[in-house]
Amino acid sequence: MRGAAHARWAACAVAVALTATACGGGGSGGGGADGIVSSSWGDPQNPLEPANTNEVQGGKVLDMLFRGLKQYDPKTGEAKDMLAEEIDTTDSTNFTVTVKDGWTFSDGEKVTAKSFVDAWNYGANLKNNQKNAYFFGYIEGYDQVHPEQGRPTAETLSGLKVVDAKTFTVKLSQKFSTWPDTLGYAAFSPLPSAFFSNHAAWLSKPVGNGPYVVESYAKGSKMSMRKWDGYPGSDKAQNGGVDLNVYTDNNTAYTDLTAGNLDLVDDVPASQLKNVQADLAGRYINTPAGIIQTIAFPFYDKAWNTPGGAKVRTGLSMAINRQQITDTIFHKTRTPAKDWTSPVLGVDGGFDDSLCGDSCEYNAAEAKKLITEGGGIPGGRLKLSYNADSGSHKEWVDAVCNSINNVLGNDRACVGNPVGTFADFRNQIGQHKMPGPFRAGWQMDYPLIQNFLQPLYYTNASSNDGKWSNPEFDKLVDDANAESDNKKAVETFQKAEGVVRDQMAAIPLWYQNGSAGYSDRVSNVSLNPFSVPVYNEIKVN
Amino acid sequence: MGRYVIRRLLQMIPVFFGATLLIFLMVNVMGDPIAGLCGERQCDPATAAQLRKEFGLDKPVWQQYLTYMGNVFTGDFGTAFNGQEVTELMAEAFPVTIRLTIVAIVFEIVIGITLGVITGLRRGRPVDTGVLLLTLVVISVPTFVTGLILQLLLGVDWGVIKPAVSPEAPFNELLIPGLVLASVSLAYVTRLTRTSIAENARSDYVRTAKAKGLPRRRVISRHLLRNSLIPVVTFIGTDIGALMGGAIVTERIFNIHGVGYQLYQGILRQNTQTVVGFVTVLVIVFLVANLLVDLLYAVLDPRIRYA
Repeated sequence: MRGAAHARWAACAVAVALTATACGGGGSGGGGADGIVSSSWGDPQNPLEPANTNEVQGGKVLDMLFRGLKQYDPKTGEAKDMLAEEIDTTDSTNFTVTVKDGWTFSDGEKVTAKSFVDAWNYGANLKNNQKNAYFFGYIEGYDQVHPEQGRPTAETLSGLKVVDAKTFTVKLSQKFSTWPDTLGYAAFSPLPSAFFSNHAAWLSKPVGNGPYVVESYAKGSKMSMRKWDGYPGSDKAQNGGVDLNVYTDNNTAYTDLTAGNLDLVDDVPASQLKNVQADLAGRYINTPAGIIQTIAFPFYDKAWNTPGGAKVRTGLSMAINRQQITDTIFHKTRTPAKDWTSPVLGVDGGFDDSLCGDSCEYNAAEAKKLITEGGGIPGGRLKLSYNADSGSHKEWVDAVCNSINNVLGNDRACVGNPVGTFADFRNQIGQHKMPGPFRAGWQMDYPLIQNFLQPLYYTNASSNDGKWSNPEFDKLVDDANAESDNKKAVETFQKAEGVVRDQMAAIPLWYQNGSAGYSDRVSNVSLNPFSVPVYNEIKVN
Repeated sequence: MGRYVIRRLLQMIPVFFGATLLIFLMVNVMGDPIAGLCGERQCDPATAAQLRKEFGLDKPVWQQYLTYMGNVFTGDFGTAFNGQEVTELMAEAFPVTIRLTIVAIVFEIVIGITLGVITGLRRGRPVDTGVLLLTLVVISVPTFVTGLILQLLLGVDWGVIKPAVSPEAPFNELLIPGLVLASVSLAYVTRLTRTSIAENARSDYVRTAKAKGLPRRRVISRHLLRNSLIPVVTFIGTDIGALMGGAIVTERIFNIHGVGYQLYQGILRQNTQTVVGFVTVLVIVFLVANLLVDLLYAVLDPRIRYA
């Protein structure tokens, strides 16, 4: 017994000594172009495949590892050609894509037309369980590789054809004039043959064609990426690499940043927002992101789908004091919504801060009048559902309810209805069990007005959780998609958005900003419209 | 002794099955986990059905449980939603938490018992009152308060420690988190030891030992302390299980990627495989720790014999 006890203490002492020196050796490292940026990270929810990553933590990695046919400009969000030499169409249905010369994956393999076609076929095939498969839904033959029920009857999308090493053609199943602009999304990334031949090895150390290469990946704790010197693109990394560290809690990451052990936190916890200026001396960014928060309604419930319903919904919208809530609860990291899109689209892209108009302005008297005229709140009480496990939703839901209650002069008119976990919340929505309106958030996939309207409000669309349906809206969206002139297409989409406003299909609450704090070791930090840090532009001092 | 151990081991079997079944049902009651995998949108029905089939979620619960238990006995704890094997997660998380628990238990034993002996022998003196007050404060302040304050003071303001533990979590980085984790138990250990020592100090065998002329040090360590440790050992033994599974708060504050963190994430993502797997192992740890405690009784107190 005694000997064993001694041995253990000796082992501990050695462990302490070893790690102490190991810690001393690490730390800040060199500056200049070789400096390494350490950044906070969360454990990605799904395996790191381009067509299987639908949340921001995995998205960060793909953003550094891959470049697709198009790339969204980090500042304006405009879709610019990256690997695409040109994408040609005459009828908005048949596209010819030419891939630029000179691009390779970091393992040396050339990026060809086949790299894209194989990747897209993989992403669309039901067998591969890719959660972003629906992105390929516009391509002809999707129904065969990804049927609603049963087994796929085809292995590949019939609409995709490789012409030669540089060229492939795409046939869509419907007209979609702005389809090329969707190709900047990570799901459309090319994949090297190593992805298919040795899938498990690829997952444990992904290989792409972006400005960084993976040096090491310890699942669930850390990913080290280093600058790829042979990267052929113009947006080369300005630093030596990025270390992504998984934090158990964003408060801890923030504390680590203030202690000088971390360079970048891209998710400043709400509770720290009031200290952020003092703690970081201006090294804090708060910029609009393509995220809008709304309140959705259960239109499958007869009580909410009445002729006077639009009046009630508009009244509720006018009963919410958005400015006060964004100022006090969110410390201006949200901006009161004026339409159903996002400021990151820009005026040319379809953002219009006058579209909602009075319907989104706080007006207690008018709100009360409209709600009464429309027949009052169904069931006499509004239960506003939200998931309580993340995102400090409770605070704002309570504030929204408070605002509505004050307007109606009834303390019990609106109450929050917390649901324990996000999964359960999504589940209840999916099974149409929501007892009333519920919170809804939408983060754009690509900066197009189409992406803010069609998936959310088109009849039976993938994210039309409230099952709202309006033939006029559907027709306008179809028209807009068929329109080959971009400006006219945007205008038609705005007309469709007008229908959403008149019916108040969902109450727009606020646009969400991306926020990040950084240390004095780094500079030139910015967030792109997807609220992901633009890692390759960060400079280490 | 051997028969006693075998009987206890056999008793573990129903406890083990009952506990795992309860956890399995509880996680299942939370509903369909697939819905949470697709962000703020509806999973497309075909992919969702395919995933459900892959994770066996399309079968009735009893069948899922039987398949799961069958796999567990072959060492297969299933796969988490991010594609990692649960055994892989365990291999990462358990060593970290075991290190944290060792640090915490060492603190409990060294500081707790020392303070307990000192206060027990000096009943009513200022040092006794002082320590009692201190333990009262420690017990009444929640762990997350102690943790956050120490993290802020030592980590950010004074720069003595790193506020976040690195993924490797070596012993030296776990000292402060271990102290925070141990703090409340430490206070209880102090109080338990104090009472026990104070009680036994007046007993006959201690008086006899003193009368024999044994040195004070020997009386305290051999006679008094040994007999006073039984309730303390019980407490520390059960605490091992509690510390391993209940470090969620401490682990989150100090960024320790241990069992508590994996459980927390497993519950948030409704990952049945992760939660049930980790809890199963914790149940076993708990049962074994309890058995060891019972066996230790016999070592500490020769009057206790297991037939």
